[in-house]
Amino acid sequence: MTSTTPAHRAAERAARQSYGKLIAYLAARTGDVAAAEDGLADAFAAALASWPTRGLPQAPEAWLLAAARRRIIDMARRRRTREAAADRLLLSVEEAATEMHPADVPDWRLRLMFACAHPAIEVAMRGPLILQTVLGLDAAAIAAAFLTAPKAMGQRLVRAKRRIRDTGIPFRLPDRADLPVRLDAVLEAIYAAFGAGWPDPGGIDARRQGLLDEAVWLGHVVVGLLPDEPEGLGLLALMLYAKARRVARRSASGDYVPLSQQDPALWDAAEIDEAERLLQRASSHGRIGRFQLEAAVQSVHTARRSAGRTDWHAILQLYDGLLQLTHSPVVAVNRAVALSKTAGAVTGLAVLDELAQNPRLAAYQPYWAARAELLARLGRRKSADAAYAQAILLEPDTAVRRFLEQRRARFRPNSI
Amino acid sequence: MQYMLAVYGDERAAESTPREQMTEIVNAYMAYTKALQDAKVLVASNRLRPTSAATTVRTVDGQAKVLDGPFAETKEQLGGFYLIDVPDLDAALNWAKRCPGARYGSIEVRPIWVM
Repeated sequence: MTSTTPAHRAAERAARQSYGKLIAYLAARTGDVAAAEDGLADAFAAALASWPTRGLPQAPEAWLLAAARRRIIDMARRRRTREAAADRLLLSVEEAATEMHPADVPDWRLRLMFACAHPAIEVAMRGPLILQTVLGLDAAAIAAAFLTAPKAMGQRLVRAKRRIRDTGIPFRLPDRADLPVRLDAVLEAIYAAFGAGWPDPGGIDARRQGLLDEAVWLGHVVVGLLPDEPEGLGLLALMLYAKARRVARRSASGDYVPLSQQDPALWDAAEIDEAERLLQRASSHGRIGRFQLEAAVQSVHTARRSAGRTDWHAILQLYDGLLQLTHSPVVAVNRAVALSKTAGAVTGLAVLDELAQNPRLAAYQPYWAARAELLARLGRRKSADAAYAQAILLEPDTAVRRFLEQRRARFRPNSI
Repeated sequence: MQYMLAVYGDERAAESTPREQMTEIVNAYMAYTKALQDAKVLVASNRLRPTSAATTVRTVDGQAKVLDGPFAETKEQLGGFYLIDVPDLDAALNWAKRCPGARYGSIEVRPIWVM
Protein backbone atom coordinates (compact mmCIF):
# COMPACT_ATOMS: atom_id res chain seq x y z
CA MET A 1 0.00 0.00 0.00
CA THR A 2 3.00 2.28 -0.14
CA SER A 3 3.13 2.18 -3.93
CA THR A 4 4.21 5.24 -5.86
CA THR A 5 3.29 5.11 -9.53
CA PRO A 6 -0.20 4.55 -10.94
CA ALA A 7 1.08 1.55 -12.90
CA HIS A 8 2.46 0.03 -9.76
CA ARG A 9 -0.81 0.66 -8.01
CA ALA A 10 -2.73 -0.93 -10.86
CA ALA A 11 -0.54 -4.01 -10.68
CA GLU A 12 -1.10 -4.14 -6.95
CA ARG A 13 -4.84 -3.83 -7.44
CA ALA A 14 -4.81 -6.71 -9.91
CA ALA A 15 -2.82 -8.84 -7.49
CA ARG A 16 -5.23 -7.94 -4.71
CA GLN A 17 -8.21 -8.78 -6.87
CA SER A 18 -6.66 -12.17 -7.58
CA TYR A 19 -5.67 -12.68 -3.98
CA GLY A 20 -9.19 -12.35 -2.60
CA LYS A 21 -10.69 -14.40 -5.40
CA LEU A 22 -8.18 -17.21 -4.97
CA ILE A 23 -8.48 -17.28 -1.17
CA ALA A 24 -12.26 -17.27 -1.47
CA TYR A 25 -12.21 -20.13 -3.95
CA LEU A 26 -9.70 -22.25 -2.05
CA ALA A 27 -11.35 -21.62 1.32
CA ALA A 28 -14.78 -22.44 -0.02
CA ARG A 29 -13.55 -25.79 -1.31
CA THR A 30 -11.74 -26.77 1.89
CA GLY A 31 -13.56 -24.83 4.60
CA ASP A 32 -10.15 -23.80 5.89
CA VAL A 33 -9.15 -20.14 5.46
CA ALA A 34 -5.75 -20.49 7.13
CA ALA A 35 -4.78 -23.41 4.88
CA ALA A 36 -5.89 -21.41 1.84
CA GLU A 37 -3.73 -18.48 2.95
CA ASP A 38 -0.69 -20.68 3.57
CA GLY A 39 -1.12 -22.42 0.25
CA LEU A 40 -1.51 -19.18 -1.67
CA ALA A 41 1.45 -17.56 0.10
CA ASP A 42 3.60 -20.43 -1.13
CA ALA A 43 2.14 -20.10 -4.61
CA PHE A 44 3.01 -16.39 -4.72
CA ALA A 45 6.53 -17.19 -3.55
CA ALA A 46 6.84 -19.79 -6.32
CA ALA A 47 5.53 -17.27 -8.84
CA LEU A 48 8.13 -14.71 -7.79
CA ALA A 49 10.83 -17.32 -8.33
CA SER A 50 9.59 -18.62 -11.66
CA TRP A 51 7.77 -15.86 -13.54
CA PRO A 52 10.70 -13.46 -13.98
CA THR A 53 12.78 -16.17 -15.71
CA ARG A 54 10.12 -18.27 -17.44
CA GLY A 55 7.77 -15.43 -18.22
CA LEU A 56 4.20 -14.77 -17.19
CA PRO A 57 1.94 -17.82 -17.56
CA GLN A 58 -1.02 -17.47 -19.92
CA ALA A 59 -3.51 -17.73 -17.08
CA PRO A 60 -1.75 -16.38 -13.99
CA GLU A 61 -4.71 -16.95 -11.68
CA ALA A 62 -5.07 -20.58 -12.70
CA TRP A 63 -1.31 -21.03 -12.32
CA LEU A 64 -1.44 -19.64 -8.78
CA LEU A 65 -4.48 -21.72 -7.98
CA ALA A 66 -2.83 -24.93 -9.15
CA ALA A 67 0.32 -24.17 -7.15
CA ALA A 68 -1.69 -23.31 -4.03
CA ARG A 69 -3.77 -26.45 -4.42
CA ARG A 70 -0.68 -28.66 -4.61
CA ARG A 71 0.66 -27.05 -1.47
CA ILE A 72 -2.64 -27.52 0.40
CA ILE A 73 -2.75 -31.19 -0.58
CA ASP A 74 0.84 -31.61 0.65
CA MET A 75 -0.02 -29.98 3.94
CA ALA A 76 -3.11 -32.12 4.34
CA ARG A 77 -1.10 -35.29 3.64
CA ARG A 78 1.36 -34.31 6.32
CA ARG A 79 -1.43 -33.95 8.82
CA ARG A 80 -2.46 -37.55 8.34
CA THR A 81 -3.58 -37.89 11.93
CA ARG A 82 -6.91 -36.50 10.93
CA GLU A 83 -7.48 -38.99 8.15
CA ALA A 84 -11.09 -38.32 7.47
CA ALA A 85 -10.72 -34.57 7.33
CA ALA A 86 -7.68 -34.85 5.07
CA ASP A 87 -9.49 -37.17 2.70
CA ARG A 88 -12.43 -34.84 2.51
CA LEU A 89 -10.05 -32.00 1.76
CA LEU A 90 -8.23 -33.94 -0.96
CA LEU A 91 -11.47 -34.96 -2.55
CA SER A 92 -12.89 -31.49 -2.69
CA VAL A 93 -9.65 -29.96 -3.92
CA GLU A 94 -9.23 -32.54 -6.66
CA GLU A 95 -12.86 -32.28 -7.64
CA ALA A 96 -12.35 -28.54 -7.90
CA ALA A 97 -9.33 -29.07 -10.15
CA THR A 98 -11.27 -31.12 -12.64
CA GLU A 99 -14.32 -28.94 -12.86
CA MET A 100 -12.51 -25.68 -13.34
CA HIS A 101 -11.77 -24.03 -16.62
CA PRO A 102 -8.11 -22.96 -16.51
CA ALA A 103 -8.57 -19.22 -16.92
CA ASP A 104 -11.82 -18.95 -15.08
CA VAL A 105 -11.72 -18.67 -11.30
CA PRO A 106 -15.24 -17.94 -10.08
CA ASP A 107 -15.61 -14.87 -7.92
CA TRP A 108 -16.58 -16.20 -4.52
CA ARG A 109 -15.29 -13.26 -2.50
CA LEU A 110 -18.78 -12.46 -1.34
CA ARG A 111 -19.14 -16.01 0.03
CA LEU A 112 -15.91 -15.48 1.90
CA MET A 113 -17.26 -12.22 3.32
CA PHE A 114 -20.43 -13.97 4.43
CA ALA A 115 -18.32 -16.61 6.19
CA CYS A 116 -16.21 -13.93 7.91
CA ALA A 117 -19.30 -12.02 9.04
CA HIS A 118 -21.18 -15.13 10.14
CA PRO A 119 -23.21 -14.75 13.35
CA ALA A 120 -20.98 -17.45 14.88
CA ILE A 121 -18.01 -15.05 14.56
CA GLU A 122 -17.48 -12.41 17.22
CA VAL A 123 -18.75 -9.04 15.91
CA ALA A 124 -15.50 -7.15 16.55
CA MET A 125 -13.51 -9.63 14.46
CA ARG A 126 -15.68 -9.60 11.35
CA GLY A 127 -14.17 -6.46 9.83
CA PRO A 128 -10.57 -7.49 10.54
CA LEU A 129 -11.23 -10.98 9.15
CA ILE A 130 -12.60 -9.59 5.90
CA LEU A 131 -9.66 -7.21 5.55
CA GLN A 132 -7.23 -10.03 6.01
CA THR A 133 -8.86 -12.74 3.92
CA VAL A 134 -10.31 -10.73 1.05
CA LEU A 135 -7.60 -8.07 0.81
CA GLY A 136 -4.61 -9.86 2.27
CA LEU A 137 -3.78 -7.14 4.82
CA ASP A 138 -1.44 -8.37 7.53
CA ALA A 139 -2.34 -8.48 11.20
CA ALA A 140 -0.02 -5.57 12.03
CA ALA A 141 -1.75 -3.23 9.57
CA ILE A 142 -5.18 -4.28 10.79
CA ALA A 143 -4.13 -3.90 14.43
CA ALA A 144 -2.87 -0.38 13.73
CA ALA A 145 -6.19 0.63 12.22
CA PHE A 146 -8.30 -0.96 14.94
CA LEU A 147 -6.02 0.41 17.68
CA THR A 148 -5.10 -2.96 19.14
CA ALA A 149 -1.78 -4.67 19.78
CA PRO A 150 -0.48 -6.52 16.68
CA LYS A 151 0.14 -9.71 18.64
CA ALA A 152 -3.34 -9.78 20.13
CA MET A 153 -4.90 -9.04 16.74
CA GLY A 154 -2.85 -11.83 15.15
CA GLN A 155 -3.98 -14.32 17.75
CA ARG A 156 -7.62 -13.32 17.46
CA LEU A 157 -7.47 -13.64 13.67
CA VAL A 158 -5.95 -17.11 13.97
CA ARG A 159 -8.64 -18.14 16.45
CA ALA A 160 -11.43 -16.76 14.27
CA LYS A 161 -10.16 -18.65 11.22
CA ARG A 162 -9.86 -21.84 13.24
CA ARG A 163 -13.42 -21.28 14.36
CA ILE A 164 -14.63 -20.96 10.78
CA ARG A 165 -13.01 -24.29 9.98
CA ASP A 166 -13.94 -26.20 13.13
CA THR A 167 -17.55 -25.08 13.39
CA GLY A 168 -18.20 -25.75 9.72
CA ILE A 169 -19.26 -22.24 8.75
CA PRO A 170 -20.36 -22.54 5.11
CA PHE A 171 -18.92 -20.54 2.23
CA ARG A 172 -22.07 -19.84 0.36
CA LEU A 173 -24.67 -17.14 -0.04
CA PRO A 174 -27.31 -17.31 2.69
CA ASP A 175 -30.86 -18.37 1.91
CA ARG A 176 -33.18 -15.65 0.63
CA ALA A 177 -34.91 -15.43 4.01
CA ASP A 178 -31.64 -14.90 5.88
CA LEU A 179 -30.00 -12.66 3.28
CA PRO A 180 -31.01 -9.22 4.61
CA VAL A 181 -29.78 -9.92 8.15
CA ARG A 182 -26.64 -11.71 6.99
CA LEU A 183 -25.82 -9.04 4.41
CA ASP A 184 -26.23 -6.44 7.12
CA ALA A 185 -23.49 -8.16 9.11
CA VAL A 186 -21.18 -8.03 6.07
CA LEU A 187 -21.97 -4.35 5.49
CA GLU A 188 -21.43 -3.55 9.18
CA ALA A 189 -18.04 -5.24 9.02
CA ILE A 190 -17.03 -3.24 5.94
CA TYR A 191 -18.25 -0.05 7.57
CA ALA A 192 -16.22 -0.90 10.68
CA ALA A 193 -13.15 -1.16 8.44
CA PHE A 194 -14.03 2.20 6.91
CA GLY A 195 -14.49 3.68 10.38
CA ALA A 196 -11.11 2.36 11.42
CA GLY A 197 -9.53 4.27 8.54
CA TRP A 198 -11.50 7.46 9.14
CA PRO A 199 -9.77 9.14 12.11
CA ASP A 200 -6.63 9.93 10.16
CA PRO A 201 -7.59 13.09 8.31
CA GLY A 202 -4.05 14.24 7.72
CA GLY A 203 -3.31 11.07 5.83
CA ILE A 204 -0.26 10.75 8.04
CA ASP A 205 -0.81 7.10 8.75
CA ALA A 206 -0.52 5.37 5.38
CA ARG A 207 -2.09 2.22 6.76
CA ARG A 208 -5.21 4.02 7.85
CA GLN A 209 -5.37 6.14 4.74
CA GLY A 210 -5.34 2.94 2.69
CA LEU A 211 -8.11 1.45 4.75
CA LEU A 212 -10.67 3.99 3.51
CA ASP A 213 -9.92 3.04 -0.07
CA GLU A 214 -9.98 -0.66 0.75
CA ALA A 215 -13.35 -0.41 2.48
CA VAL A 216 -14.78 1.51 -0.48
CA TRP A 217 -13.35 -1.16 -2.75
CA LEU A 218 -15.04 -3.91 -0.70
CA GLY A 219 -18.24 -1.92 -1.06
CA HIS A 220 -17.76 -2.03 -4.84
CA VAL A 221 -17.26 -5.80 -4.68
CA VAL A 222 -20.54 -6.24 -2.77
CA VAL A 223 -22.44 -3.94 -5.12
CA GLY A 224 -20.88 -5.66 -8.12
CA LEU A 225 -21.99 -9.10 -6.94
CA LEU A 226 -25.34 -8.10 -5.38
CA PRO A 227 -26.37 -5.15 -7.57
CA ASP A 228 -29.99 -5.24 -6.42
CA GLU A 229 -29.44 -5.01 -2.67
CA PRO A 230 -30.29 -1.41 -1.72
CA GLU A 231 -28.39 -1.48 1.57
CA GLY A 232 -25.17 -2.45 -0.20
CA LEU A 233 -25.67 0.51 -2.53
CA GLY A 234 -26.49 2.67 0.48
CA LEU A 235 -23.30 1.72 2.29
CA LEU A 236 -21.14 2.41 -0.75
CA ALA A 237 -22.84 5.79 -1.19
CA LEU A 238 -22.36 6.59 2.50
CA MET A 239 -18.64 5.79 2.35
CA LEU A 240 -18.17 7.85 -0.81
CA TYR A 241 -19.94 10.90 0.67
CA ALA A 242 -17.66 10.73 3.67
CA LYS A 243 -14.54 10.05 1.66
CA ALA A 244 -15.31 12.98 -0.63
CA ARG A 245 -14.89 15.32 2.34
CA ARG A 246 -11.68 13.77 3.55
CA VAL A 247 -9.41 16.65 2.65
CA ALA A 248 -11.79 19.38 3.81
CA ARG A 249 -11.64 18.15 7.37
CA ARG A 250 -8.39 19.99 8.02
CA SER A 251 -7.22 23.51 7.23
CA ALA A 252 -3.90 24.19 5.53
CA SER A 253 -2.36 24.61 8.97
CA GLY A 254 -3.75 21.27 10.15
CA ASP A 255 -6.65 22.64 12.20
CA TYR A 256 -9.87 20.70 12.52
CA VAL A 257 -12.69 22.08 10.39
CA PRO A 258 -16.19 20.96 11.42
CA LEU A 259 -18.57 19.93 8.64
CA SER A 260 -20.63 23.12 8.89
CA GLN A 261 -17.56 25.26 8.20
CA GLN A 262 -15.99 23.16 5.47
CA ASP A 263 -15.50 24.72 2.07
CA PRO A 264 -17.62 22.69 -0.39
CA ALA A 265 -15.11 23.52 -3.10
CA LEU A 266 -12.71 21.20 -1.33
CA TRP A 267 -15.10 18.25 -1.51
CA ASP A 268 -14.47 15.68 -4.23
CA ALA A 269 -17.27 16.40 -6.69
CA ALA A 270 -16.85 13.17 -8.66
CA GLU A 271 -17.17 11.05 -5.54
CA ILE A 272 -20.25 12.94 -4.40
CA ASP A 273 -21.85 12.55 -7.83
CA GLU A 274 -21.17 8.81 -7.76
CA ALA A 275 -22.64 8.62 -4.27
CA GLU A 276 -25.77 10.46 -5.44
CA ARG A 277 -26.24 8.03 -8.31
CA LEU A 278 -25.79 5.02 -6.02
CA LEU A 279 -28.26 6.38 -3.48
CA GLN A 280 -30.81 7.02 -6.19
CA ARG A 281 -30.36 3.48 -7.47
CA ALA A 282 -30.82 2.19 -3.92
CA SER A 283 -34.01 4.13 -3.30
CA SER A 284 -35.54 2.86 -6.55
CA HIS A 285 -35.88 -0.53 -4.85
CA GLY A 286 -38.24 0.90 -2.25
CA ARG A 287 -36.63 -0.94 0.65
CA ILE A 288 -35.27 1.57 3.09
CA GLY A 289 -32.51 0.69 5.53
CA ARG A 290 -29.96 2.05 7.93
CA PHE A 291 -27.18 2.69 5.43
CA GLN A 292 -29.46 4.34 2.90
CA LEU A 293 -30.79 6.70 5.58
CA GLU A 294 -27.29 7.55 6.76
CA ALA A 295 -26.22 8.15 3.18
CA ALA A 296 -29.27 10.35 2.71
CA VAL A 297 -28.18 12.48 5.70
CA GLN A 298 -24.81 12.90 4.01
CA SER A 299 -26.55 13.77 0.76
CA VAL A 300 -28.41 16.59 2.48
CA HIS A 301 -25.17 17.85 4.02
CA THR A 302 -23.38 17.85 0.67
CA ALA A 303 -26.32 19.63 -1.00
CA ARG A 304 -24.88 22.72 0.68
CA ARG A 305 -22.39 22.89 -2.20
CA SER A 306 -25.20 24.15 -4.49
CA ALA A 307 -27.90 25.33 -2.05
CA GLY A 308 -25.50 27.28 0.13
CA ARG A 309 -27.37 26.21 3.25
CA THR A 310 -28.18 23.02 5.14
CA ASP A 311 -31.74 21.71 5.25
CA TRP A 312 -31.90 20.70 8.92
CA HIS A 313 -35.58 19.80 8.71
CA ALA A 314 -34.74 17.12 6.15
CA ILE A 315 -31.88 15.89 8.30
CA LEU A 316 -34.09 15.72 11.37
CA GLN A 317 -36.63 13.66 9.45
CA LEU A 318 -33.95 11.24 8.32
CA TYR A 319 -32.64 10.87 11.87
CA ASP A 320 -36.21 10.24 13.07
CA GLY A 321 -36.35 7.35 10.63
CA LEU A 322 -32.91 6.10 11.63
CA LEU A 323 -33.76 6.22 15.31
CA GLN A 324 -36.93 4.20 14.75
CA LEU A 325 -34.94 1.65 12.81
CA THR A 326 -31.84 1.32 14.98
CA HIS A 327 -32.68 2.67 18.47
CA SER A 328 -29.02 3.61 18.55
CA PRO A 329 -27.96 6.14 21.19
CA VAL A 330 -25.40 7.53 18.72
CA VAL A 331 -28.21 8.27 16.27
CA ALA A 332 -30.19 9.82 19.12
CA VAL A 333 -27.33 12.26 19.78
CA ASN A 334 -27.17 13.25 16.10
CA ARG A 335 -30.93 13.66 16.06
CA ALA A 336 -30.75 15.93 19.11
CA VAL A 337 -28.23 18.14 17.30
CA ALA A 338 -30.50 18.35 14.24
CA LEU A 339 -33.42 19.12 16.53
CA SER A 340 -31.50 21.97 18.14
CA LYS A 341 -31.06 23.49 14.67
CA THR A 342 -34.78 23.39 13.88
CA ALA A 343 -36.41 23.80 17.30
CA GLY A 344 -33.73 25.57 19.30
CA ALA A 345 -31.04 24.77 21.83
CA VAL A 346 -33.46 24.27 24.75
CA THR A 347 -35.33 21.51 22.95
CA GLY A 348 -32.13 19.84 21.76
CA LEU A 349 -30.62 19.97 25.22
CA ALA A 350 -33.77 18.47 26.76
CA VAL A 351 -33.34 15.43 24.50
CA LEU A 352 -29.66 15.15 25.42
CA ASP A 353 -30.67 15.31 29.10
CA GLU A 354 -32.96 12.33 28.58
CA LEU A 355 -30.11 10.44 26.93
CA ALA A 356 -27.79 11.09 29.88
CA GLN A 357 -29.09 7.86 31.46
CA ASN A 358 -27.49 5.80 28.71
CA PRO A 359 -24.19 4.41 30.03
CA ARG A 360 -22.78 4.04 26.50
CA LEU A 361 -22.87 7.79 25.99
CA ALA A 362 -20.81 8.60 29.09
CA ALA A 363 -17.68 7.76 27.10
CA TYR A 364 -18.92 9.08 23.74
CA GLN A 365 -17.12 12.29 22.80
CA PRO A 366 -19.75 13.67 20.36
CA TYR A 367 -22.38 13.49 23.11
CA TRP A 368 -20.30 15.75 25.37
CA ALA A 369 -19.29 18.06 22.52
CA ALA A 370 -22.92 18.48 21.45
CA ARG A 371 -23.95 19.08 25.03
CA ALA A 372 -21.20 21.64 25.54
CA GLU A 373 -22.18 23.55 22.39
CA LEU A 374 -25.85 23.75 23.38
CA LEU A 375 -25.07 24.73 26.97
CA ALA A 376 -22.72 27.43 25.67
CA ARG A 377 -25.37 28.73 23.30
CA LEU A 378 -27.76 28.99 26.22
CA GLY A 379 -25.18 30.91 28.25
CA ARG A 380 -24.83 28.17 30.85
CA ARG A 381 -21.11 28.66 30.94
CA LYS A 382 -20.20 26.58 33.95
CA SER A 383 -22.02 23.47 32.73
CA ALA A 384 -20.68 24.07 29.21
CA ASP A 385 -17.15 24.26 30.55
CA ALA A 386 -17.52 20.92 32.33
CA ALA A 387 -18.98 19.28 29.23
CA TYR A 388 -16.14 20.63 27.05
CA ALA A 389 -13.65 19.25 29.57
CA GLN A 390 -15.27 15.83 29.30
CA ALA A 391 -15.29 15.94 25.48
CA ILE A 392 -11.61 16.97 25.38
CA LEU A 393 -10.73 14.14 27.75
CA LEU A 394 -12.41 11.60 25.48
CA GLU A 395 -11.02 12.87 22.14
CA PRO A 396 -7.93 11.02 20.88
CA ASP A 397 -7.26 13.30 17.89
CA THR A 398 -5.05 16.27 18.78
CA ALA A 399 -6.51 18.59 16.12
CA VAL A 400 -10.06 17.97 17.29
CA ARG A 401 -8.92 18.39 20.87
CA ARG A 402 -7.36 21.72 19.99
CA PHE A 403 -10.61 22.79 18.32
CA LEU A 404 -12.62 21.85 21.41
CA GLU A 405 -10.17 23.69 23.63
CA GLN A 406 -10.63 26.85 21.54
CA ARG A 407 -14.40 26.53 21.78
CA ARG A 408 -14.08 25.99 25.50
CA ALA A 409 -11.90 29.09 25.91
CA ARG A 410 -14.48 31.21 24.07
CA PHE A 411 -17.23 30.32 26.48
CA ARG A 412 -15.14 29.96 29.59
CA PRO A 413 -16.83 31.41 32.69
CA ASN A 414 -15.08 34.52 33.97
CA SER A 415 -14.69 33.07 37.42
CA ILE A 416 -12.16 30.49 36.25
CA MET B 1 -20.47 -32.81 9.32
CA GLN B 2 -21.85 -34.18 12.52
CA TYR B 3 -23.09 -31.81 15.20
CA MET B 4 -24.41 -32.35 18.68
CA LEU B 5 -27.35 -30.22 19.63
CA ALA B 6 -27.11 -30.13 23.42
CA VAL B 7 -30.45 -29.15 24.93
CA TYR B 8 -30.13 -27.05 28.06
CA GLY B 9 -32.97 -25.93 30.26
CA ASP B 10 -34.03 -25.17 33.80
CA GLU B 11 -34.95 -28.53 35.41
CA ARG B 12 -36.77 -26.86 38.30
CA ALA B 13 -39.06 -24.98 35.98
CA ALA B 14 -39.71 -28.19 34.06
CA GLU B 15 -40.71 -29.98 37.30
CA SER B 16 -43.41 -27.46 38.04
CA THR B 17 -44.78 -27.42 34.49
CA PRO B 18 -48.51 -28.38 34.44
CA ARG B 19 -49.28 -31.78 32.98
CA GLU B 20 -51.15 -30.57 29.87
CA GLN B 21 -48.26 -28.33 28.97
CA MET B 22 -45.80 -31.16 29.55
CA THR B 23 -47.78 -33.34 27.14
CA GLU B 24 -47.61 -30.54 24.61
CA ILE B 25 -43.83 -30.29 24.99
CA VAL B 26 -43.36 -34.05 24.69
CA ASN B 27 -45.50 -34.05 21.53
CA ALA B 28 -43.43 -31.20 20.11
CA TYR B 29 -40.24 -33.19 20.75
CA MET B 30 -41.73 -36.27 19.09
CA ALA B 31 -42.69 -34.25 16.03
CA TYR B 32 -39.24 -32.66 15.95
CA THR B 33 -37.50 -36.04 16.20
CA LYS B 34 -39.68 -37.34 13.39
CA ALA B 35 -38.81 -34.34 11.23
CA LEU B 36 -35.10 -35.06 11.78
CA GLN B 37 -35.66 -38.71 10.84
CA ASP B 38 -37.66 -37.79 7.75
CA ALA B 39 -34.90 -35.43 6.64
CA LYS B 40 -32.44 -38.31 7.14
CA VAL B 41 -30.12 -36.23 9.31
CA LEU B 42 -30.67 -37.88 12.71
CA VAL B 43 -27.74 -40.00 13.92
CA ALA B 44 -28.78 -40.44 17.55
CA SER B 45 -30.77 -38.72 20.25
CA ASN B 46 -31.67 -39.21 23.87
CA ARG B 47 -33.15 -37.51 26.85
CA LEU B 48 -31.22 -37.45 30.13
CA ARG B 49 -32.65 -37.94 33.59
CA PRO B 50 -32.31 -34.76 35.65
CA THR B 51 -29.11 -33.86 37.48
CA SER B 52 -30.70 -35.24 40.69
CA ALA B 53 -29.81 -38.61 39.15
CA ALA B 54 -26.24 -37.56 38.31
CA THR B 55 -23.16 -39.05 39.94
CA THR B 56 -19.74 -37.56 39.27
CA VAL B 57 -16.37 -39.26 39.29
CA ARG B 58 -13.32 -37.09 39.79
CA THR B 59 -9.72 -37.93 40.60
CA VAL B 60 -8.53 -36.23 43.75
CA ASP B 61 -4.89 -36.81 44.84
CA GLY B 62 -4.62 -39.72 42.41
CA GLN B 63 -7.75 -41.37 43.82
CA ALA B 64 -10.94 -41.71 41.85
CA LYS B 65 -13.64 -40.22 44.04
CA VAL B 66 -17.33 -40.75 43.53
CA LEU B 67 -19.35 -37.65 44.27
CA ASP B 68 -23.11 -37.46 44.54
CA GLY B 69 -24.69 -34.91 42.24
CA PRO B 70 -23.71 -33.09 39.04
CA PHE B 71 -20.19 -31.83 38.29
CA ALA B 72 -21.30 -28.23 38.71
CA GLU B 73 -24.38 -26.35 39.82
CA THR B 74 -25.67 -24.32 36.88
CA LYS B 75 -28.80 -22.36 36.13
CA GLU B 76 -29.58 -24.48 33.09
CA GLN B 77 -28.74 -28.15 32.85
CA LEU B 78 -28.07 -30.55 30.01
CA GLY B 79 -31.34 -32.37 29.52
CA GLY B 80 -30.76 -34.27 26.32
CA PHE B 81 -29.08 -34.22 22.95
CA TYR B 82 -29.48 -34.78 19.25
CA LEU B 83 -26.62 -35.98 17.11
CA ILE B 84 -27.23 -34.89 13.52
CA ASP B 85 -25.35 -35.14 10.24
CA VAL B 86 -25.77 -32.05 8.05
CA PRO B 87 -23.64 -30.23 5.44
CA ASP B 88 -22.61 -27.21 7.52
CA LEU B 89 -23.15 -24.99 10.56
CA ASP B 90 -26.02 -23.08 8.98
CA ALA B 91 -27.97 -26.31 8.50
CA ALA B 92 -27.21 -27.33 12.10
CA LEU B 93 -28.30 -23.92 13.38
CA ASN B 94 -31.55 -24.12 11.42
CA TRP B 95 -32.36 -27.45 13.08
CA ALA B 96 -31.36 -26.04 16.48
CA LYS B 97 -33.76 -23.12 16.01
CA ARG B 98 -36.59 -25.58 15.34
CA CYS B 99 -35.85 -27.67 18.45
CA PRO B 100 -38.63 -27.30 21.07
CA GLY B 101 -35.92 -26.82 23.69
CA ALA B 102 -34.95 -23.51 22.04
CA ARG B 103 -38.28 -22.13 23.30
CA TYR B 104 -37.63 -23.00 26.95
CA GLY B 105 -33.86 -22.87 27.22
CA SER B 106 -30.81 -22.96 24.96
CA ILE B 107 -29.41 -25.31 22.38
CA GLU B 108 -25.65 -25.49 22.22
CA VAL B 109 -24.44 -26.55 18.80
CA ARG B 110 -21.07 -28.29 18.79
CA PRO B 111 -19.33 -30.01 15.89
CA ILE B 112 -18.13 -33.56 16.48
CA TRP B 113 -14.35 -33.77 16.53
CA VAL B 114 -13.49 -36.46 14.02
CA MET B 115 -10.52 -38.44 15.33
